Amino acid sequence: MDGKDLEILQLLEENGRIPLGELAASLGLSEGEAGERIRALEAARIIRKVTAVIDWEKAGASRVSAIIDLKIAPERDFGYDKIAERIARFRQVDSLYLVSGVYDLQLLVTGKDMNEVSRFVSEQIAPMDHIREAATHIIMKIYKENGNQFFEKEGGERLPLSF
Amino acid sequence: MRQQTMRERGSARARAIPPSGIRKFFDLLLTMEDVISLGVGEPDFETPWNVSEAGIWSIEQGHTSYTSNKGLLPLRQLVAKDLLARYGVGYDPEEEIIITTGVSEAADIAVRALVDPGDEVLVAEPSYVSYSPCATLAGGKPVPVPCPEKDEFRLTPDNLAEKVTRKSRVLVMNFPNNPTGGVMGKADIDAIADLVVDHDLMVISDEVYSELTYEGRHVAVASHPELRDRTVTMNGFSKAYSMTGWRVGYLCAPKNIAELALKIHQYVMLCAPVMGQMAAIEAMKNGEQEKDAMVREYRQRRNFFVEGLNRIGLPCHLPKGAFYAFPSVAGTGLTDQEFAERFLTEKQVAVVPGSVFGGSGADHLRCAYAVSREDLGTALKRMEEFISGLVRA
Repeated sequence: MDGKDLEILQLLEENGRIPLGELAASLGLSEGEAGERIRALEAARIIRKVTAVIDWEKAGASRVSAIIDLKIAPERDFGYDKIAERIARFRQVDSLYLVSGVYDLQLLVTGKDMNEVSRFVSEQIAPMDHIREAATHIIMKIYKENGNQFFEKEGGERLPLSF
Repeated sequence: MRQQTMRERGSARARAIPPSGIRKFFDLLLTMEDVISLGVGEPDFETPWNVSEAGIWSIEQGHTSYTSNKGLLPLRQLVAKDLLARYGVGYDPEEEIIITTGVSEAADIAVRALVDPGDEVLVAEPSYVSYSPCATLAGGKPVPVPCPEKDEFRLTPDNLAEKVTRKSRVLVMNFPNNPTGGVMGKADIDAIADLVVDHDLMVISDEVYSELTYEGRHVAVASHPELRDRTVTMNGFSKAYSMTGWRVGYLCAPKNIAELALKIHQYVMLCAPVMGQMAAIEAMKNGEQEKDAMVREYRQRRNFFVEGLNRIGLPCHLPKGAFYAFPSVAGTGLTDQEFAERFLTEKQVAVVPGSVFGGSGADHLRCAYAVSREDLGTALKRMEEFISGLVRA
């Protein structure tokens, strides 16, 4: 990892579909060298996946997401890892974090409707051993996700020509 | 006779300054749709939100009145600290720094503080378009000093020596340069210092693009020990922090000159807008990270765009600062004006003809890469089509 690799990661995080030629020229690299660096970053699992940020509501596909806070009784020898790995295996769990504060684990869970999400939490997650308390927060509106603002704003107009 | 007086009403000085060199262009552009404009002279980023919040907060807190003529002292102190840390130039925030309504105002009051009628004002060209009119309005005579491409658009002692006369009073320079992206390194400033001293010139140095320097670090003219007391340094927040509309800049000069500039400033401007000054304080305190990210982005776009220009056959030196590429159209058989006009009409891309920035900018185009990568890519494609059309024709 050097400065150029760092810039490659920043460019890809901003736009995963940036043409290789543009990326290479931006960093003063040949296309071959840039491609090689990207492959190495993928092989090292530094680039985990290239994906899209989608406004599902706009797409008309109904989805409901919720943030779930869990209090956990940690296990001897394993701490939170074992239970966290079990929870992470569920397809419905998009993200899972160990956090400081009142709760221990925070999950982002997605389902097709409110019913599916709440059934998943009450039937699959809450009854698990070591879980002492669960709080579910249904996400009602997304304003910003992964650095992308979801609300339209007018924005200022620049003069098309100026000195 | 009466009629003629009516017709000629208006001062000779105001009549002597030329109208904007891009007016015709501008009008043409406004009639067109889906134009990609590489003709903008400002960043395409919005002001970092923490900076805007500081401006909003200042209004909420009732900071809506005049400030000291010199500007808010905390801001002047931050400016002084910053100039010392970054460029090794020390200015007394109490006596030697004035917060101005953008560098535009600073240029005007600096020229007026230094120039008497009949004085010659040397202007390193190509340059931003306001210095010569400022000189004319002050009764001075602007004298262009060419900084051609073969010198990498730098000001050389030879070219300066050729234009200096006994009437020369002031040298105006702007590096990193709008429109060429040229920069003056330490050796370049050293090389002209003797001439400046020998001819007892004052230097007005517009360094508003100083933070947009892509190779090495910016060198302030006033960091040269012989030039410190001969230089008016101008800078601002517009380019480094995407704050063009806030209208905040500053002027630094040795005390005796700052006092003169302050007198003019207090009569014509009173003070820079207070909300802008409050926002600028936040920018100086907490704007570093956003600025660095912006500079990185500009550097990448520059590399991408200049590589593209050279590839499609518009030779372009690698600009070391600002956010302009200045390719040559000499090989196309068109003048810069013809190229820009036809390119706009036929391919809907606006660029600024280099000759607008002075004679030594002829046969070049100013292309701002302060636009999205997508637009830069499209502009390059259209430019390539346009040029290959010329070759066939």
